[in-house]
Amino acid sequence: MADVAVAHGQGEHPETTTGLPHTKLAMWLFLASECLLFGALISTYVLYRGRSVEGPFPHDVFDIPYTSVSAFVLLASSLTMVLALSAAQEGDKGRTRLWLLATAVLGMVFVGGQVYEFTVFYNEGLKLSTNLFGTTFYVLTGFHGVHVTVGILMLLSLVGLSYAERLPADPSFPIEMVGLYWHFVDIVWIVIFTVVYLVPTPNPGAPGA
Amino acid sequence: MLEERQETPEQQHASGGGHAAGHPSPKEYVRIGVILAVLTAIEVAVAYTDISHAILIPTLFFLAIVKFALVVLWFMHLKFDDKRYARFFVIGLSGAAILYLVVLISFRAFS
Repeated sequence: MADVAVAHGQGEHPETTTGLPHTKLAMWLFLASECLLFGALISTYVLYRGRSVEGPFPHDVFDIPYTSVSAFVLLASSLTMVLALSAAQEGDKGRTRLWLLATAVLGMVFVGGQVYEFTVFYNEGLKLSTNLFGTTFYVLTGFHGVHVTVGILMLLSLVGLSYAERLPADPSFPIEMVGLYWHFVDIVWIVIFTVVYLVPTPNPGAPGA
Repeated sequence: MLEERQETPEQQHASGGGHAAGHPSPKEYVRIGVILAVLTAIEVAVAYTDISHAILIPTLFFLAIVKFALVVLWFMHLKFDDKRYARFFVIGLSGAAILYLVVLISFRAFS
């Protein structure tokens, strides 16, 4: 126990100069750097918003009720993620696995919905190189979708490791780390949903523009 | 130096740094989840209303910021964890916000 410190809700971890587990510190640093990545993609979308000279334009292809359901699904997955962490902290393996699996399934529903949305847009003539809207939209939401997919893989890995009894006796720390990443993709979607889907986009071809 | 920063397990518990001790209960998580769902519903409803963009856009951003803060503070535990985590994240977030705002303004994205 001499080289182990217990600090700030991380269970046992090697003693560090900061008194904080470096894994968690590194995760927060990583998420801070991800703000720069998504900030660049969102800014590019905003910069070119309304500057497409030919359609399809956002109002031609967006289906807000459909995307709203996707937004609800991702928010629900954040809730199941914290419930998994809570169950892990209580030492309830069964409920931990259940909530982790529920989070992964909700993530899959979200990604599946995104794939369907992309297919519909593609069939309506919006390709990556069709116009500025197509390019910035697919790159931004595509990057987000890839992040969600990576999150799903991490969640399924946790479930697999749990069944293989290869997680630590107190698995709350690795679950919390994956949870931080998962909530981050959720907050990015909160911003994307508002900026891309809900804020009206002026277009040369739009009525009243 | 190290001794100054580290707390005893009792101090951590008292300061909300303990394992499950400082984190919200499942009931509180569900409450936050319901609030987030309601805020999303309000966002969508507002987006469909026929109000001026000068009111609509700030309202949508306000709702998004509230949702963002709820997830970061409660679900990501920044409200309950060591403040140094929050500092790291806020530095990255505000740095990105300032940088890209300056870029967008200099490219006249809002005119």
